[in-house]
Amino acid sequence: MKSAHLLSAEDLSKDDALKLLATAKELATITDGPNKKLPTLRGKTVVNLFFEDSTRTRISFETAAKRLSADVINFSAKGSSVSKGESLKDTAQTLQAMGADAVVIRHGSSGAAQRLADSKWIQATVINAGDGTHEHPTQALLDAFTIKQHLRANESDLSGLKVLIVGDILHSRVARSNVILLNKLGARVTLVAPPTLLPVGVEKWPVEISYDLDKELPQCDVVMMLRIQQERMADSFFPTEREYSRGYGLNSYRLAQLQKSAIVMHPGPMNRGLEISADSADDVKSVIIDQVKNGVAIRMAVLYQLLGGAPIGARND
Amino acid sequence: MIKLSNAKLVDGSLVNVEIDQGVIKSIVKSSGKDKVEGIDGSGKILMPGLVDLHTHLREPGREDSETVLTGSQSAVNGGYTAISAMANTNPVADTAGVVEQIFRLGKSAGICDVYPIGAVTKGLNGDQLAEIGAMAESIARVRIFSDDGNCVADPLIMRRALEYVKTYDGIIAQHAQEPKLTINAQMNEGIVSARIGLKGWPAVAEEAIIARDILLTDHVQSRLHICHVTTAGGVELIRWAKQRGIAVTAEVTPHHLLLTDDLVENYDPIYKVNPPLRTERDVMALRQGLAEGVIDIVATDHAPHSAELKDCEWQSAAFGMLGLESALSVVIKTMVETKLMTWEDLSARMSIRPAQIAGYENQGRQIIEGAPANLILVDPNASWTVNRDNLKSKSRNTPFHQMQLPGVISDVIYSGNLVMKSGKLTVVNAELND
Ligand SMILES: [Zn+2]
Repeated sequence: MKSAHLLSAEDLSKDDALKLLATAKELATITDGPNKKLPTLRGKTVVNLFFEDSTRTRISFETAAKRLSADVINFSAKGSSVSKGESLKDTAQTLQAMGADAVVIRHGSSGAAQRLADSKWIQATVINAGDGTHEHPTQALLDAFTIKQHLRANESDLSGLKVLIVGDILHSRVARSNVILLNKLGARVTLVAPPTLLPVGVEKWPVEISYDLDKELPQCDVVMMLRIQQERMADSFFPTEREYSRGYGLNSYRLAQLQKSAIVMHPGPMNRGLEISADSADDVKSVIIDQVKNGVAIRMAVLYQLLGGAPIGARND
Repeated sequence: MIKLSNAKLVDGSLVNVEIDQGVIKSIVKSSGKDKVEGIDGSGKILMPGLVDLHTHLREPGREDSETVLTGSQSAVNGGYTAISAMANTNPVADTAGVVEQIFRLGKSAGICDVYPIGAVTKGLNGDQLAEIGAMAESIARVRIFSDDGNCVADPLIMRRALEYVKTYDGIIAQHAQEPKLTINAQMNEGIVSARIGLKGWPAVAEEAIIARDILLTDHVQSRLHICHVTTAGGVELIRWAKQRGIAVTAEVTPHHLLLTDDLVENYDPIYKVNPPLRTERDVMALRQGLAEGVIDIVATDHAPHSAELKDCEWQSAAFGMLGLESALSVVIKTMVETKLMTWEDLSARMSIRPAQIAGYENQGRQIIEGAPANLILVDPNASWTVNRDNLKSKSRNTPFHQMQLPGVISDVIYSGNLVMKSGKLTVVNAELND
């Protein structure tokens, strides 16, 4: 990897990404064995800096770091009394003083991870664990890993696959990172959403756009359902949950329209009954549990490569 | 008595000038190589001092980021002999008392004219007119009224304000931003915002208000000034209004003439400004509009902010950029060097026309005998590199840091006094030395 940080899926070349997927696979095999822990990052300190609640993502990073024998500090900055602006800088300087080697940051503001990396506040490697409505690159990596595992295990990349990403694209960091990464890996992405939940400017993304889920389902290999926040209804992005669900929810009828080999994904946490019905989430086509499991392996690979498992060039800025 | 030799006026003629008792005492033709008496103007352009109709001075309320004094010093350093203090201070400039306080602070700084702008509505709340009459009749003689920072969004309040200021030959300066379309907006809505995931501030939110207010102005036969136009569509609407003889004027900021929204890509809040940086297409339309005179003037929207309001993540940062000290150079770069405008045009857009719009009688005057001596001398061939640490402003939030820009101001004469001499302010105040 040419970057010292992982802020965006754009930081990864196709080769970088494939290498991470391969490393993750290797690490997964090892930690599936009797000795779950590797000594690779012994003596390194990884800080989980979470300004937003996300127990799932935090635990995933924490598990990954611990399996590589790193020391882990969980720093939950949510609800801190300092003003929002100052707290990122102040916290960063505190972590610098504590000797953090890597900071895994989750923040409600788009660009917070990049600010942390670009600022002089801290020298540590920065890993973006979700910034506002911008990106969540490790989620995209674990999604690519899961897709490859199920549909392209013996091929070099994801060429020829058609992936639907369905739902609140406008506010989704998962969608942004996936669009970038899946394209690099050769997949074709179609975004399916009501027009209110697609950003102005999406026409420049390397994707197809559709408002009609039923039309797209029979031809796709992967359908990735995004979480829909309840408050979007209050902001009139759609009239009612029922109408959303009718147009864009995955249910057993729609599940039956999928190709036999197709898989169903969701980054979690799910709103069962809204964007995905309970039976769809638990169907044999669903690989949602694999996504969670693969998250740990991917995050191990990212930490491993960024913190010294592989030669890393200096960042150009 | 100040003497000035061999300077060039914007029409190309060479002159020797004598200034006494605050006015131009004599002006005679020069060969360009006459014996130098007083200030050597050789190779430099002499023009009326610049006039800004959109300046945030932060006093009262945020004296840590700018005061009337430091704002005045910043103005002189940028070649301005008159500035207009926006009303969004704390307390808001919505009473005769506050505008008179700012007016007096300007007088006591004494190095340029400081004209307070009055709020349109009480506390900038948008729903109740401020005491416009009292401000107009105060010693500050306020003529421009603006809720800048906020839009006068309620169409009925806007209509009333436009009607009410007619008594005083006043003008409403509108910050055109439809509030519902820009809730929590962070940057221009478009290709860049879609990619980097910041909430969009669409062009239509500006244009919808411009269109509405043009029609209201026509209906009640008043005067409207559009602050900081940023979109190609806005330029079109104003062109349309002018063709119909509607009394609308408009301004553009230097930063909107030069910078575009792709600079936001790295989330550096130095580029966070309201209205936001737009696209290349908008920048080109703004330049064209300014060249044609559809956009009448350049105004700085000088918006000082203390360091902590910019040294943070994008969403928590304040909107606004410094402008006074780099405005002339940015306009030379974007409009004169590109051959879109002449120096005569520049002088019209940055001095003569803003003074006319605001009714600042001693400013923006032709350089003739008997005219008030508010003048600047500029070396058009020299350049300088912006350094945020060397600005006279109390704040450092310039987006032009490290940029090399054309045009160096060497001397500024305000009311017959040399307030900048050979590039240095002559009046050094105690506050400067801390
Ligand atoms: Zn404004």
